[in-house]
Amino acid sequence: MNNMMSLVLRTTGYFLLPLLLIFSVFLLLRGHDEPGGGFIAGLVAAAAVCLHLFFTDIAATRRLLHIDPRDLLGWGLTLATLSGIPAVFMGDPFFTSQWVEMTLPILGETKVGTPLLFDIGVYAVVVGSVLAIVLSLAEAEE
Amino acid sequence: MGHTSVLLALPIIIPLLSGALSLIYWRSRKAQRIIGVLGTTALLVLSGMLVAEVWQHGIIVMHMGGWQAPFGIVLVSDMLAASMVFMTGISAVTTAFYALGSVSKRHEHFGFYPLMHLLLAGVNGAFLTGDMFNLYVWFEVMLVASFALLILGGERAQMEGAIKYVALNLVSSAILLSAIGLLYGLTGTLNMADLGYKIGQLEDDAMISVVAMLFLVAFGIKAAAFPLFFWLPASYHTPRVAVSALFAGLLTKVGVYALFRVFTVIFPFEDTFAQSLLVWIAALTMVTGVLGAAAQFEFRRILSFHIVSQIGYMLMGLALYSPLAIAGGIYFIAHNIVAKSGLFLISGLVYRFKGSYELKELGGVYRQYPILALMFLICAFSLAGLPPLSGFFAKFLVIRAGVEAHAWWLVATALAVGFMTLYSMVKIWAEVFWKEQEVCHIKPPRKYRGGTRIMYATVIGLALLTIAMGLAMEPLFLIAQMAAEQLLNPAGYIEAVLGETGLGAREGATP
Repeated sequence: MNNMMSLVLRTTGYFLLPLLLIFSVFLLLRGHDEPGGGFIAGLVAAAAVCLHLFFTDIAATRRLLHIDPRDLLGWGLTLATLSGIPAVFMGDPFFTSQWVEMTLPILGETKVGTPLLFDIGVYAVVVGSVLAIVLSLAEAEE
Repeated sequence: MGHTSVLLALPIIIPLLSGALSLIYWRSRKAQRIIGVLGTTALLVLSGMLVAEVWQHGIIVMHMGGWQAPFGIVLVSDMLAASMVFMTGISAVTTAFYALGSVSKRHEHFGFYPLMHLLLAGVNGAFLTGDMFNLYVWFEVMLVASFALLILGGERAQMEGAIKYVALNLVSSAILLSAIGLLYGLTGTLNMADLGYKIGQLEDDAMISVVAMLFLVAFGIKAAAFPLFFWLPASYHTPRVAVSALFAGLLTKVGVYALFRVFTVIFPFEDTFAQSLLVWIAALTMVTGVLGAAAQFEFRRILSFHIVSQIGYMLMGLALYSPLAIAGGIYFIAHNIVAKSGLFLISGLVYRFKGSYELKELGGVYRQYPILALMFLICAFSLAGLPPLSGFFAKFLVIRAGVEAHAWWLVATALAVGFMTLYSMVKIWAEVFWKEQEVCHIKPPRKYRGGTRIMYATVIGLALLTIAMGLAMEPLFLIAQMAAEQLLNPAGYIEAVLGETGLGAREGATP
């Protein structure tokens, strides 16, 4: 299979992969008040990994991931569910957003809150489920 | 105050969290089993607390994320929802324990436990939500999980059953979604309480009945009511027994619950066309279900057809639309969850010992396993409605309500169907338990590796529960009555959700 690989695809792929991943993180972080969010960011990240799968093989892609997609799925779902719980300790109903404002060295005034945790959870769930499907389909084909 | 509203979300959060955790531990069978048992037990305990809370303080409302109704999504628990969540807890615990003994390594590897938790989250979400679109979403969560559970293992018969199951359920979801769309166009809201208030003020009667009929059809399919119940007997006998029992206990009941909710709070249907139609549907569901069962000679298929006929009794309670009838219908749902799950689990044990579900291949169970036979008798007689078991009181309440409403032919149908149910149960008894087994050419599927004791324990637990529900009729009836009163007085529900719009915020201020 490897000898069919286009040199162009492989070269651009190695450039595109980090760009796409950074873009997905960008989408994830700007998500709450502007277009973006965990779901779409997760799809972009999953697409980036799929691209890697196109120009390498399954073993290489699994090495790239370091973690089984099914684990990502579980952790993401747990994180997303747990993000609703801090509200209870603040005396609010479930899933009420809790925000903390802080000043970070480079970013300046930053708002961090439970919706971000929820978005990260969704991100992991989307990446995990898409890749679990794609990888098992690819494995079934071989 | 603060903690009551938490109590309202936990029956959804706990299964979700247990499902997520068992996904994390997908490599470890043992961890998944522990999470399964702990998660469902916690669910049962908390749902018991929820019932107690509603019993003391009336309807509880929680505005998710602090967004006030009718704009945000609310969780609402009146007595009906709380007791349904409690019955879900019972069903969940028995399934989790029974699964310890019965679900094979292969099925566990395919994700039995995460799917079970997801299904429970969907069921509880549907019971507790106070928003029509959210109800649809929970139905879908439930459907997705149940579809995966149904084909777990991937046998040929399962695929065949699953296609019918998914096709009809998707049709019903599409109808449900169109009904919700029309309703939103009509009123501009999807909050159930707000809908109840606004529908009362609308003048467009024709449009309202169209939407009401769409809901009747959509939930009717999901509840396996006549005439669109075929998906149920086609699919329920195919999956693992633990899955069958969970489905038999819960899935159709969610459809019935939705009918109870929609036709009391949103479209109070006293003296409408929908009501007279539902009377017919109830009667025909009872009759076709029980006749279908009479024609079957496979253990689980007989039981599946009986689910359909029992749904008829619950709908009869709703159709008669008096406080007694609705209380009877609610009690019937609770009784049915226990007795029916018990019977399915017994069929699984028989299969484990004898290797078949076909009546003519089975026999002699009474001689070899007398305790199992006794448990079957208890559950079967309860289903058929013999005193002092829970089924007797369930039928008694519904039929008594029929007598009070002078619905004589409906009463006659219900009584006749009761006798036919007894006939079916006696048929199973005679074939499976009493007669001598003919020369045994079928073998149990494999030498079972322990776990039988825990399966026995869950079956005995359910049988004792159905006795207890009969003996403790009085307090249970009071609970059902309270649920019925709340349903027939939607103003109370509407006020609880909308009346004091500051409720959620005030609760938040004093944790």
